[in-house]
Amino acid sequence: MDFELSQKAIDFRSQVKKFISENLTSEITLKMHETGTFNDKSFNESLAAEGLLAGAVPGYGDRDPVELYLLFNELEKAGAPYDGLAVTMLVAGVINAVGTEFHREEVLNKLLTGKHNCCLGYSEPDYGSDVASIITKAEKIENRWVINGQKMWTTMAHESDWVLLLTRTNSDVPKHKGMTMFLVPMNTPGIEIQPVATMASERTNATFYDNVEVEDQWRLGEIDDGWSVMGVALALERGVMGGTNPAVPLLKHVLNWAETTPSENKSLMIDNALMRERIARTAIINQVGQLLTLRAAWIAATGGMPGVEGSMAKIYASEEYQKVVGWFQQMAGAEGLLSFGAEDAAASGWIDYDARHAPVTTIYGGTSEINRNNIAERHLGLPRNR
Amino acid sequence: MSADQETIQDVFSSFFTEQTGPESARNSMPLGFDAKAWERLSETGAPGMGVSLPAGGGASLSDLVIVAEEAGAKIAPLPIIDHVVATRILENLDSLEPEVLTGTLLAGLAIRPVENGVAKSVPTGSIANRLIALDEDKLLLINDEPPNKSLPNHGDLPIAHRGINGATVISEGTEATEVFERGLNEWKTLISAFLVGITRSSIEMTVDYVKERHQFGKPIGSFQSIQHGLADLPGLYDGARLLVNKAAWAGDREITGEINLTDNEISDFATLSSMSLIFAGETSLQATDRGLHYHGGYGFSEEYDIQLFYRRARAWSQILNSPSDECLLLADLLLEDNGVK
Repeated sequence: MDFELSQKAIDFRSQVKKFISENLTSEITLKMHETGTFNDKSFNESLAAEGLLAGAVPGYGDRDPVELYLLFNELEKAGAPYDGLAVTMLVAGVINAVGTEFHREEVLNKLLTGKHNCCLGYSEPDYGSDVASIITKAEKIENRWVINGQKMWTTMAHESDWVLLLTRTNSDVPKHKGMTMFLVPMNTPGIEIQPVATMASERTNATFYDNVEVEDQWRLGEIDDGWSVMGVALALERGVMGGTNPAVPLLKHVLNWAETTPSENKSLMIDNALMRERIARTAIINQVGQLLTLRAAWIAATGGMPGVEGSMAKIYASEEYQKVVGWFQQMAGAEGLLSFGAEDAAASGWIDYDARHAPVTTIYGGTSEINRNNIAERHLGLPRNR
Repeated sequence: MSADQETIQDVFSSFFTEQTGPESARNSMPLGFDAKAWERLSETGAPGMGVSLPAGGGASLSDLVIVAEEAGAKIAPLPIIDHVVATRILENLDSLEPEVLTGTLLAGLAIRPVENGVAKSVPTGSIANRLIALDEDKLLLINDEPPNKSLPNHGDLPIAHRGINGATVISEGTEATEVFERGLNEWKTLISAFLVGITRSSIEMTVDYVKERHQFGKPIGSFQSIQHGLADLPGLYDGARLLVNKAAWAGDREITGEINLTDNEISDFATLSSMSLIFAGETSLQATDRGLHYHGGYGFSEEYDIQLFYRRARAWSQILNSPSDECLLLADLLLEDNGVK
């Protein structure tokens, strides 16, 4: 791996940094935390107008995975709303890889304008990590499909125009071989969205599908081959599209706080030895998170599939983030419990926010345990045990 | 890795496998040095590889990192890292003797400053014929007879205290402290690579062991608790390896690097070498700790190799200073450039 970025990548990063400094206002950040929706369509639209969005589709156009990583890394470091964008661009990448001309015209081209979003419909109330056991059913009647079931954690469903929906189409074959993927327009009759509040500010949803009818043209990939489409999505996603530098914005907030907060003997928190040790350790964690992510992007850019490497980056970044958040919250004492808007809240409430948000990061996008299985089996060659 | 670097890796991997390894480490106790293997290494020209090309070397820090990782993977009881760093310093100060270049005389580095006329717990203290030591703003070359007797220690290393009587001053003032600091950063980077090698081997030997060791009628490596304990390690190994390589890359560049803590953009050599030592150290502690544990009682017995790696990981990761103190030095570097004292 080359530690020196190419000139093209450096120019791209400068363009992204400039865009962020000119377009990411405190109103956008505030709104995102007030509403719990980490997606801003006008921000996405401006990204598209700047020509940066097409580059955010993995495998599309002339942007390579290193630039994809740079875009999401800069958004993550800046604390911009990118959750909705990451999922949307992931779906765009899946369409680009396996979609039909109809999908490209009807969906992909619209996603590239920044005005539209997609959400993921994989997990169900009873099937999370064991996603191959899902029971939401799609039945073919002539040239139409009738879908019935329920999905959980359909984050951004309320912002989305389509859901990438994994369904059961055959129960007589091994479970991996009986699923089919659809792109279902969210305005189809029979879909209901219920918000699910979380312990952090972000909102997610449960979605219900009651005799939802779509034409066969909304099927993505072959019948009963939905697992392969999932595989494409996972390979595009892992490690590259944000989520591997969450302690960078946290450290920035913590530094601002430590530089102005009194500690013992009239000194400041920033002079406290334990504080300084933890700042140093966080800086190392942030570097290692960056290097593991860049390595995954590098493998993808040179034609490989960084499945295992993405798992390594994901486990490392999320588990260390939780550790770091715990350190700083404890160091802040009572004020580390105070939330956004509260008088005297440590780091203006960011420490409380990150401490609320951190637990989900080792769960969503593949739990640490699923990623450890992946590494144990595919990297260490240990026997499969499920 | 370039084609040349792949060759370096092949050559040194073979050398350390054939000439050193755990048996050599055992046989060289209690001194902690395998003189025969050093002679053979000297025949390859390796002791002089780190000096400039005209002086007969030409290896970059990135090249040397490869050698150091392979040495660590076989816990070679050879002072190759200290020697190479010392030759680079001595060449800089026009003090390089031909016998040091060839490895006939062993050179080393008193990594901690001299206190009250003594360089304490020097990692090559019992064997080095030439020892570079910083005494306030003077750089000394200690050249008395080495004691050839090591202080008994956790990592079976050739550790000894050395006095400075009769030492020659080879540099003074800012030059002395700057040259020493540069050398120490190179030492940190290369020791980190050695620790990365220890980590790699510990993971490999433990994975092999859990595939073979049966309990309850199955290989213990089929149990998820053990799989998950091991699955954390490859990411840490890769992360440490990337960080050490980045430090070497920064050390080889001729331009000054950047320290931007809040933007997570760091290309400064001193900062990266410090980060490497802390992280590669911790990673090696975790890898050898889990490795020893999954070997069960055998891991604790002298007969098995994992305990050799376990003890060396601890020795090299804290022989310079406590990791917490290294973090404080790192914090000074990180916060100074951000307008924070």
